[in-house]
Amino acid sequence: MENGRKLLMITPEKCISCGTCELACSLAHEGEFRPSKSRITVYRFEMGVTIPMTCFQCDSPACVAACKTGALVKDTESGIVNINSERCIGCRMCEMACPFGNIAYNAVTKTPMKCDLCGGDPECVKYCPTHAIEYVPADAAATRKKYDFSAKMAAAIGEGNR
Amino acid sequence: MYGWTGTVLRVNLTEGTVRKEPLRTDDAEQYIGGRGLGSKYFMDEVDPKIDALGPENKLIYATGPLTGTMGVSTGRHDIIAKGPLNDTLAASNSGGYFGPEIKYAGYDMIIFEGKANSPVYVYVNNGSVEIRDAAHLWGKNVPDTTDLLLAETDPDAKVSCIGPAGENLVLFAAIINDKHRAAGRTGIGAVMGSKNLKGLVVRGTGGVKIADKAGFIKAIQVGRAKIKENPVTSAGLPTLGTNVLVNVINEVGGLPVRNWQEAYDPDADKLSGETQAKENLIHSKGCAGCVIGCGRVEQAHGKFASSGEGPEYESTWAFGSDCGISDVNAVLKANFLCNELGLDTISMGSTIACAMELYERGIIDHSTTLVDLRFGNADAMVEMVEATAYRKAFGNDLAEGSYRLAERYGHPEFSMTVKKQEMPAYDPRAIQGIGLEYATSNRGGCHVRGYTISPEVLGLPMKMDPATVEGKPNILKIFQDLTAALSASGTCLFTSFAIGGDDISAELTAATGVTYTTDDFMKIGERIYNLERLFIMKAGYTKVDDTLPSRLLNDPIPAGPSKGTVSHLGEMMPVYYAERGWDEDGVPTPEKLEELGISTYAL
Repeated sequence: MENGRKLLMITPEKCISCGTCELACSLAHEGEFRPSKSRITVYRFEMGVTIPMTCFQCDSPACVAACKTGALVKDTESGIVNINSERCIGCRMCEMACPFGNIAYNAVTKTPMKCDLCGGDPECVKYCPTHAIEYVPADAAATRKKYDFSAKMAAAIGEGNR
Repeated sequence: MYGWTGTVLRVNLTEGTVRKEPLRTDDAEQYIGGRGLGSKYFMDEVDPKIDALGPENKLIYATGPLTGTMGVSTGRHDIIAKGPLNDTLAASNSGGYFGPEIKYAGYDMIIFEGKANSPVYVYVNNGSVEIRDAAHLWGKNVPDTTDLLLAETDPDAKVSCIGPAGENLVLFAAIINDKHRAAGRTGIGAVMGSKNLKGLVVRGTGGVKIADKAGFIKAIQVGRAKIKENPVTSAGLPTLGTNVLVNVINEVGGLPVRNWQEAYDPDADKLSGETQAKENLIHSKGCAGCVIGCGRVEQAHGKFASSGEGPEYESTWAFGSDCGISDVNAVLKANFLCNELGLDTISMGSTIACAMELYERGIIDHSTTLVDLRFGNADAMVEMVEATAYRKAFGNDLAEGSYRLAERYGHPEFSMTVKKQEMPAYDPRAIQGIGLEYATSNRGGCHVRGYTISPEVLGLPMKMDPATVEGKPNILKIFQDLTAALSASGTCLFTSFAIGGDDISAELTAATGVTYTTDDFMKIGERIYNLERLFIMKAGYTKVDDTLPSRLLNDPIPAGPSKGTVSHLGEMMPVYYAERGWDEDGVPTPEKLEELGISTYAL
C-alpha cells in the first residue's frame, strides 16, 4: 500500500503565480470561480517566488487528533484526511491544530474547508499550466526530487572543476 | 448574472459619495465589458472636448465577463479615460491580479468622477466602500504606497495606484497595479493624479459564476490545447518573454535605432531575450489565470543593480536601441524606475531618444539639459527618468512627451509620434502593415490595437511579406476588431497568436449564457472600434492626423536588412478607409453606423 499511495507534489520553482489552481479548486468545490474559498492558496512573494499551499494529508494528522467529534478522519486506504460535516460542531480546533494553516473554516457552511484531493483526481493538477502541481506516486516523487537535486550538485561540481 | 457581476460602482470624488448601480445589461451584451463597455459608458457620460486633466474627465476601471474566471489567460482589466498626452479615448489594459479582485468584490466596473479636495485613496472591501485620506501617501513611489496600503487595509487586498509621475501630472504617467503591471499609455496616471486619487485598494472574497460549466470547460480545453501547440505561446513567450522579439525584429531590419534614424542595431543581442534569460532573469511569472507566463522577474547588476518585473520588448527597445544604449543593466534599471515612479516606458524612452537627437543636432545644449544627453549615455538616460517623474530641471520638458518637447524647440519632425503619442519598437519602413496600425490606432502611436507583427513577422495565423502593402488594410481591420472584442472580454492579447474569435466567443457564450457567434464577436469589435473613432474625431482629430512622422515616409532606412525602404502608407490608407466603411475623410458612413447600431453617435 505504501508504494501505491500518491502524493500531491508541489514544485514552487515551476509555479508562475497564476493562481489557476485556486480557480480550478473553487469551481469544483464551490461551483464558481472564487479563490477565497479555494482549498489551495497561492502566496506570492517578491522576486517571483510563489508557494501554493494546501493540505499535506499528514500520516499523523494534528487536525484529526484535535477533532473531538470524529468529524475529521484519516482514510488509511487513500491517505486522504476527510471531513464528515454531519459530525462537525464548528469548534475550529482543527484549524488551530494544523501546524501549516492548511485548514480554513467556512463561516457560512459552518464546516472546515480542506483539500480532499478531489477524491483522487485533483482538479488543480489537471489545470496547472506548468505542472508545478503533480499527483504522483509518493516514492517516485521522492526519487525524482533526489535525482533533480543531485543533477544540480553535479552541475555545480562540474562548474567548480572547470 | 453569469460572467458579469451585474453591479457598477460609482465614486464621486467631488461629493465624496458612493453609489452602486445595476449594470446596463443591454449595453453589456452589445459591448461585452472592459475596453468596450467602459468606452460605451464613457462616450455616454463625457463630452469628448473636455480638458483631460479637468474634473469632468472620468476614470473607469472595467473588467470583462471572463476576468477572474479560468478562461484562457483572462486576468485582464482596462482603465478608460480621456488621455492627457493626446486627447484620445484611452483604454489602457493591464494584467496582474487586480482585475479579478474587482470581480470578486462584486463589480464589473468602478467609475471615478470629479476631483477630491485633497489626496485620497479608495478602499473597496466587498460591499463596503470608503474614501480615505491619503496625505501620508502623497509623494511616495508605487512599491512603498502599495506596501503601506496593504498594511492599513488587508494584506490579501490588491492595489492599483500612481507614483510621483501621476501626482506631478507627467503627460505619460501610468497607473500601476500589483507593483509591476502598468496601464501605461496616453497618460491616464496623470488623470488619476488630477483627481487627487492616489490609489484604489480592492479586496473581494466573492466569486464569479458561469452559466454553463461543462461548455466552459470544453471551450477552455480547446483554447488551452491551441496555446500549447503554438510555438510563440508555448515556447517563445514562456522562455524569453516578449524580449524574444529583440533579435527577431532586428533581423528583419525593423528595430528602430537612435530615435528611428536607423532600423538595425548591431548590438541588439546584448539586449535580447536570450541575453536577459542568461544574465538577468530570476523567475517567469503569469497574470491571474494565465496559461502562457510571459512575465519576467529580473535583476540588473553592477552600478545599475536593482530588481523588479519586466522589461517588455518595447521597453527594452525604448531605453536600449532607441537611445543608442546596449547596456542591458541600464535598460532594466530605467524600466524598474518607471514602474516605481509610475511612468509609461515606451513614451519615456522615446522622449529621451528625441531629446538625444535634439542634443546631438545642437538644437538644445548642456545649458538646457544639464547632462551630456548624447545617444549611448546610459547614466544620463537613467537620470532623466527620475528627473521626469519629479519634473526636475530638464525633466519638466521631458514630462510633456516628445511631441511638445520637439515642438517647443522648433523641430516637431524629430518627435516620433502619431497623434502625439510615441510609436513603439517596430519600424513601418521595414514592416508596412504596422505603419498603417500606428496611423489609424484610436489612441495614436500604439502597437496593441492591431498587432500586424503577428502575420508580418511571426507568420501567425499566416505568413505575410512585411515589405509589401498587399492585404495589409484587410488584415489590420480584422486584427483591430478582434483585439477590441478580446480586450472587452478580459482576455490577454497574447492569446491571439494561438486562438481566435471562435474560441473566445465560445468561452463567452458558456460563461455568460448569452449566445455569441464568431460573427457577433467580430461585429462587437468593429462597433467598439468605430465608437472610439467617433470619440477622437469629436475630440478634434481628422484624416490629416492619420499619418506617420515624415522620417518614415521620406527617409529610406540607411542600412541593414531593410536598407532603402520607406513606408507606403499613402497606398494603404484609402484601401483601409474603404475596408472600414469610412468615407474618404476617414469618417464612418451613416450606413456603417446604422449597421453597427451606433448612429446616435454620428459626428
